[in-house]
Amino acid sequence: MTLIHGIPANVVYVTAGIYALLLIATVIVALLRWRHPGERYAELTRRTSSWWWMIGAFTLCVLFNQTVAIVFLAFISYLALKEYLSLIPTRRIDRELLLFAYLAIPLQYYWAASDWYGMFIVFVPVWMFLFFPALMALRGETQNFLRAVGTISWGLMLTVFALSHMAMLLVSGEVPNPVAGGVGLLLFLVLLAQFNDVAQYCWGKLLGRHNVTPQVSPNKTWEGLIGGVATTVLLAALIGPYLTPMDWLWSALAGAVIGVAGFLGDITISAVKRDLGVKDTGGLLPGHGGILDRVDSLTYAAPAFFHFFRYFFYP
Amino acid sequence: MNKNPLTRLLRFLFFAVVVRGVILVVMGLTVRNRQRLPDDGPAVLAGNHNSNLDALAIMSLMPLRLLPKLRPVAAMDYFYTSSFRGWFANNIVGIIPVKRGSGKEGGNPLQLAEEALDRGEILVIFPEGTRGEPETLQAFKKGIGHLARARPKVPIIPVFMHGLGKTLPRGSMLFVPFNCIVSVGEKLYGKESYDAFVAELEGSMTALAEQERLPVWE
Repeated sequence: MTLIHGIPANVVYVTAGIYALLLIATVIVALLRWRHPGERYAELTRRTSSWWWMIGAFTLCVLFNQTVAIVFLAFISYLALKEYLSLIPTRRIDRELLLFAYLAIPLQYYWAASDWYGMFIVFVPVWMFLFFPALMALRGETQNFLRAVGTISWGLMLTVFALSHMAMLLVSGEVPNPVAGGVGLLLFLVLLAQFNDVAQYCWGKLLGRHNVTPQVSPNKTWEGLIGGVATTVLLAALIGPYLTPMDWLWSALAGAVIGVAGFLGDITISAVKRDLGVKDTGGLLPGHGGILDRVDSLTYAAPAFFHFFRYFFYP
Repeated sequence: MNKNPLTRLLRFLFFAVVVRGVILVVMGLTVRNRQRLPDDGPAVLAGNHNSNLDALAIMSLMPLRLLPKLRPVAAMDYFYTSSFRGWFANNIVGIIPVKRGSGKEGGNPLQLAEEALDRGEILVIFPEGTRGEPETLQAFKKGIGHLARARPKVPIIPVFMHGLGKTLPRGSMLFVPFNCIVSVGEKLYGKESYDAFVAELEGSMTALAEQERLPVWE
C-alpha cells in the first residue's frame, strides 16, 4: 500500500472525494436558500454546516494517528451514553453507579486499542452485564429494579459495546487489509453508513409513498429504504476494492449489510424516542438533533459489518 | 470586583477553560430559545436553583465578551466561611453578596445588586433562594420582586434548567455527567406590586418547565 504522510493513499483520495461531495452539496443548499429565502431550507442549511463540523472532526482525528482516533471514537461513545442516560427515567439511588457505566468506556476502548479481542468481546456483554445488576442489588433498592437494570444494560450495549466496534475495526483491521489498513476499513464503514442515511432520506423525499413502520417513524418508506440501500450497494461496489481487500461483489454485499443494519439501528432509536415522547435525542448537532440521532445507524452497522468482515476475511 | 489585571485574567481563564469545559463538553447543555438572552446589560437572569453548578451554567450561556459584566448574586453566609472561599467568590466567580435576613433589620439587602444594575451589569439570581429538593420548583422569595420594582426598566429573563440537580445535587461532592436542558423565557419587567411580579415570574418558569418532556427522577 502506498502511503501519503503515513496515511494509505486510497484513504486520502476517498477523503478528498468526501470533501468534494460535501462542497457540491453546500453549493446546492446555498443556491436553494438563495432562491427560496425563509424557513423552507433553513433546516437543510443548519444540517449542512453540522456535516462540515462532523466530517472535519472525524477525518482530522481518524487520519491523525491511531491513538487520537481511538480517543475520538471513545468520546463519541461518551456523548452517546450521556445522552441516553439523560433521556431515560433513572432512580436517584443509581446516580453514583452511573459513574461506573461511564468508566466502562475507557476500559472498553483500551481493550480495542490493545487489539485484545477476547476481552473486548466479553467485557460489556459478560462482565458489565453481570456486575451492574449485582451492585444495584447490593445497594438494596428494589423498587423499579428491573427497569433500571434493563435500561442501563441495553444502553451500555448500544452506546459502548456496539459503537466500540469501530475502534476494534481500526486496530485489528491492519493485518487483514493490505489495501488500505484499518483506517481504510473504518472509513468504508462510516462513509457508507452515513451515506446510506442521506440516500434513504433523499429517496424517501423524492418517491416515498408506502410506510415501513408507521407506528415508529412515519418518515421511513419502502421507497426510501430500497432506493437508499441500492445506492449504498452501488457506492460500496465502487470504493470497496480501493479501501478493503474485498472485490466489487463482496463489497456490494458488505454495502447491503451496512445499509440494512443502518436502517434497523435508525428505527430502533426512533422507537426509543417514541416511547420517551421526545423528537430529538439532544441538541448537540443543529439540524440533526443529538449525537444518538446521528450515530443511531452505526450502533447496528458497526457490529454487523465488523463481524461480517471478520468471519470472511480475517486470517 | 477586583480591578487587578492578573485576577481578571484568572477569572477569564477559569470561565473560558474550566467552566466551559465542564459545562459544555463534559456535561452538555441543550439550549432552547437562545435568542431571548440579552445582548448587553443591564439585565437580570433569573434561574431555578438545584445545584452549585446553576450559576456557572447560566454564565456559560453568555458570550465571553460579557463576562466582566456577569455577576451572580449569592448569600454571604454560604461563601464567606473561609478566607480562600471568600476570595474565590469575590474575585473569580465575581459574586454580589447578599446578607440573608438583613431586610428585616431595616436595611436593603439588594443595594449592591441595584448598584450593579446601574453600572450596566448582568445579574444571575435564584429567586427560590436556596437549592432545596433536587429537580423540583419551589416557591419564589420576594427579593426579585423588590429588585424588579426598584429598577423597572431592567429586563428580567426567566431561565428554566433541568438536569444540573442530577449532575451535582445538594449535599453531594460526586459529579455524574448528564445532559442538561436550559429553556429561556420571554423577558419581564418590574411592577408596582412586587407580589404580582413574583407570581408572573413563577408562572413563566412553570410554563417553561411544562413545555419539556422531562424524564422521571425518583
